[in-house]
Amino acid sequence: MQDLVAALPLAPVTLVLLLPALAVPVLAGLSNYRVSAGLNMLFSGLTFVAGLLMLAAPRSRSDFIIVDDFNIFLVVLTTFIGFSTSVYSASYIGHELETGRLTPTFLRFYHAMYQAMMGAMNVALVSNNIGLMWVGLEVATLATVMMVGIYRTPEAIEAAWKYFILGSVGIGLAFFGTILIYMVSSNVIGGGIPAMAWDEIVRHADRLDPKLLSLAFVFLLVGYGTKVGLAPFHAWLPDAHAEGPTPISAVLSGLLLNVALYALLRFKMVVAGNPAAINVGAILMTLGLISLLFAAFMLYGRRDIKRLFAYSSIEHMGIATFAFGLGGPLANFAGLLHMTMHSLVKSAIFFAVGHVAQAKGTQRLADISGLSTTHPLLAVGFALGVIAIVGLPPFGVFMSEFLLVSTAFARQPILTVLLVAGIILALGALLLRLQQAIFGEPHGKADPVKASYLPLFVHLLLALVAGLWLPDALVRWFRSVAALLG
Amino acid sequence: MNPLWFDIAHLLAGGVLVLSLMLLYQDRITAVINVFALQAVVLSLSVGWQALVQSAPHLVATALIALVAKGVIIPTALHRIVRKLDIHREVERVVSGGPTMLAGLGLVALSILLVQPVVETADPVAREDFAFALAVVLLGLLVMITRRNAVTQVIGFMSLENGLILAATGAKGMPLVVEVSVAFSVLIAFIVFGVFVFRIRERFDTVDVNVLERYRGERREHL
Repeated sequence: MQDLVAALPLAPVTLVLLLPALAVPVLAGLSNYRVSAGLNMLFSGLTFVAGLLMLAAPRSRSDFIIVDDFNIFLVVLTTFIGFSTSVYSASYIGHELETGRLTPTFLRFYHAMYQAMMGAMNVALVSNNIGLMWVGLEVATLATVMMVGIYRTPEAIEAAWKYFILGSVGIGLAFFGTILIYMVSSNVIGGGIPAMAWDEIVRHADRLDPKLLSLAFVFLLVGYGTKVGLAPFHAWLPDAHAEGPTPISAVLSGLLLNVALYALLRFKMVVAGNPAAINVGAILMTLGLISLLFAAFMLYGRRDIKRLFAYSSIEHMGIATFAFGLGGPLANFAGLLHMTMHSLVKSAIFFAVGHVAQAKGTQRLADISGLSTTHPLLAVGFALGVIAIVGLPPFGVFMSEFLLVSTAFARQPILTVLLVAGIILALGALLLRLQQAIFGEPHGKADPVKASYLPLFVHLLLALVAGLWLPDALVRWFRSVAALLG
Repeated sequence: MNPLWFDIAHLLAGGVLVLSLMLLYQDRITAVINVFALQAVVLSLSVGWQALVQSAPHLVATALIALVAKGVIIPTALHRIVRKLDIHREVERVVSGGPTMLAGLGLVALSILLVQPVVETADPVAREDFAFALAVVLLGLLVMITRRNAVTQVIGFMSLENGLILAATGAKGMPLVVEVSVAFSVLIAFIVFGVFVFRIRERFDTVDVNVLERYRGERREHL
């Protein structure tokens, strides 16, 4: 307990955790949705500022909290997208109230859950204690389950139930893996809290029992892999994305998947530190490729626009997992860049998709066409988003995929053929859909979009800038993290 | 250590496992809830015994949490929910009891084969408890797969978590923080479940999740 108290004065980290915790009761108590949407933005904005302050604060560790280069960049990314999504959500929910899909009571709940989820993700990111990390991911998962079911349509309830059951099983298995890791480490480090501290475990990795460590990783892989949406365990993901409110789809794809992958990578670093344990890299590469290829094929024949981009998220998590599985400074660099770019671009796409769905009154792809004549600005944003996500230059996703493919060709030529095939298949599927949605004959409803385009274009601009020019400081940062990942 | 202490530890952990197997073939919802409550009680006894053997007083707290939350509060709440939903007399056809039991036995054998050779460094109590715990986790999964009713599916999930607690107490010196947070998240999970089971009932007039299947994903476009 003393460690917990000692950890508190680390000002910015504490703020990143405290602000959302403070926001939950405040937002749950407010009945005016305009005020609470504004406060939601304010709290998310302040959390983002606190996240930025973490850059300047000294790196530190305690048995509960760790701040290193790896998680700072993810905290900044998470709080930034949390902030921009809260801006987007403020204008989005106004429309949902008008159409009667949500009632003011549910909005109170929605805002409180939004902050609970953001706070829980931050807990998972900065915790050094592997049990605490698990709690963060579990709470974030349960908060999103509630949000996915918020429309209370039969489809939404089905999606939320499936997500609840599969998410719980995943998280249960991850906990079993966590206990196994503790068992291994307590044999070497000695019992108690220090044996659960991630950095202590990594430091002693080579002395841990390799067999038990390997068994633990299998559980962690299946558990957290479910949350990442890797292929055999992905069944919840498309439903949860399609049936929940669009801002939630944006943070699910942009953030929660990243946080789960982050947890998996932390454990990869532990197991990779022990030469006698299983080869984690090969497993991650296999799962990544399976996810990529499976999702690329599934992209064809989707009829629901949010479901389409949910499969695209599986595809991109597959690419990032493949990159981290390959390992080495370049591939890790590509993986980190890909995680970042995918978060920015995919959340931007979901913003655009939300506008489209509200303007056309449907999520059916067949009913969405001719946006370029009815909503020119939205069509431009949507098209740029899709061009960015399929990996065409000059956006950042192109950079990361190019880096990955070029380094992978040198080391795993056969697997790289599959990788490239998957990327090209996905490109074909998405461009096919885009063409019809943008240039087809306009029909059906075409309401004006009242919501703000600002978050959409800010995200796209960032992805564009990253594609053209990465600041030296950022490159050095990613390099040091890539070296950390091994 | 006194061999009798081992035997009692094994007896209690084995009891949790046997109750997991019993969960597999119960076909009345109230019976499923009762078996689950009994499992939680045996679990808390097992954890309490570990507290004595490992002379770890914080495990007493874990045992009490398991007893109060899973042995009393959750089963009581489940009984009330079931009565409120008017399904307490419902008989659920379990997907062929015989094969399910065989699959359950297979899972027990699998977890023993998996854990025994791997956990050779740990002390024997921890090792066998761990095999039991893994078996309870896998049987919980099996219950979730074979049941088609929202309430019994969640009981499968909670019995899976009983296995997690059993594993956590087998690991010597696992900090209390962990167990408290597990108990906490189980509670949240239960609340989430409560909300959903009523929503499912409200929308579909039943808690049979087969009905949900019809609304799965893109299939609705054919309707």
